[in-house]
Amino acid sequence: MQLDTLILQFQKKDKSAFEKLYGMYAENICGVINTIVKDPERAQEICQDVFVKIWDKSDTYDTSKGRFFTWILNIARNAAIDELRSKAHKNKKKNLHMDSFVGILAYGDDLNSQMDTIGLKTLLNGLKEKCLLLIDLLYYKGFTQKEAAEELDTPIGTIKTRIRACISNIRKNMAPSDGN
Amino acid sequence: MEIENYIASGILELYVAGALSPEENLEVQHYALKHPEVEKEIEAIEGAMLQLTAAASAGIPPSGFDGIRDELDDVIVFKPSASEKRTNWATYLGWAASLILAVGLLWVYRENDSLKTEIEVSQQEKENLEQQIIEARSEVADTENILNQLRDQNVTVVALGGQTVSPTSYAKVYWNTEVNKVLIDAQGLPEPPPGYTYQVWSLKLNPLTPTSVGLLDDFVNNEKRVFELPNENESEAFGITLEPEGGSESPTLEQLYTLGVVGP
Repeated sequence: MQLDTLILQFQKKDKSAFEKLYGMYAENICGVINTIVKDPERAQEICQDVFVKIWDKSDTYDTSKGRFFTWILNIARNAAIDELRSKAHKNKKKNLHMDSFVGILAYGDDLNSQMDTIGLKTLLNGLKEKCLLLIDLLYYKGFTQKEAAEELDTPIGTIKTRIRACISNIRKNMAPSDGN
Repeated sequence: MEIENYIASGILELYVAGALSPEENLEVQHYALKHPEVEKEIEAIEGAMLQLTAAASAGIPPSGFDGIRDELDDVIVFKPSASEKRTNWATYLGWAASLILAVGLLWVYRENDSLKTEIEVSQQEKENLEQQIIEARSEVADTENILNQLRDQNVTVVALGGQTVSPTSYAKVYWNTEVNKVLIDAQGLPEPPPGYTYQVWSLKLNPLTPTSVGLLDDFVNNEKRVFELPNENESEAFGITLEPEGGSESPTLEQLYTLGVVGP
């Protein structure tokens, strides 16, 4: 597959392969970082640093760590969470869960004019708040299934079925031309 | 049917989120390799997340990939050689530091050892000096004691002159008749040969009757050559003879070194 080939070349320090990967994922990765740190300027700096780090650590990636996107997503949110901690935002952590991702949906227009708010609202149409919370914890905060269950005071099995339902809902909201 | 249940369980959503353990990851990958529909589902879930994160993004940094390209060059060109060199250098530096430390420790140990020795020597010298002071004081006390005894008003001084066997010899007897003691000043006598000792005699002159007063024992080690002996005799003269060690019943007159008569 093309993605696999690209990743192999990237791991051999092929810069043009890495540039293609950057083109494929930078918007997502920078978005995730900004969603967590909520500081667009700082988020962009961190995002560039994260891609340099991804390049430096290219030889540590293998498929046992999951999807390539999952791997770089993990590096990105770790860097973003480090930033929050270094800013001594730790004490506000609970609040941050509530308003980071969910907040962007509510106040997206005010936060950043560049954001595709309409697209976002379309994607999330019909999703309940507990879905948004769960997506935030699992995808943006890097919680494990068990940690998410504890955080939301929910049985561990429920986490799995609920995230399945939430993502399925998003997939239904996706425009037919974007679907795979 | 089983695969559909697996897909419906939600584990693939967790897989894409990175919320599974390494073991669970391997299990999902195993299914994905075996069942194309699992692989396809994973890609669809990832696709949804890509859309969501893109929609919630403010876009990429204005500098784009060019903004980091130079940093990547640095990494490619310099990192391997630099890190290798640094490792070697650090290793050598580490060894060198260890060596210096070891040498330093040895030096400090030696230094410490020699200081300890010096302290011991000084301590020994101090003890010696203290001992000398004690000895000097005790000597002064002895001398004073002797002097006081000589000055006592009850003391009769008898000078003993050298006799045939040793004309240059002399001695003095300080006889305290109050406490019946004699102090013999034997400074004018030669050291007795080994196996012999001087013996002091009290003499009655008419008729000549010698009575042993005592031996000048340990003559060589008595630096002052002053000996104290009891004398309860009604002495009229004193004589000193050389006798075999342990003394004799009666004086060996051939070995009479000194003799003196008590004055009136």
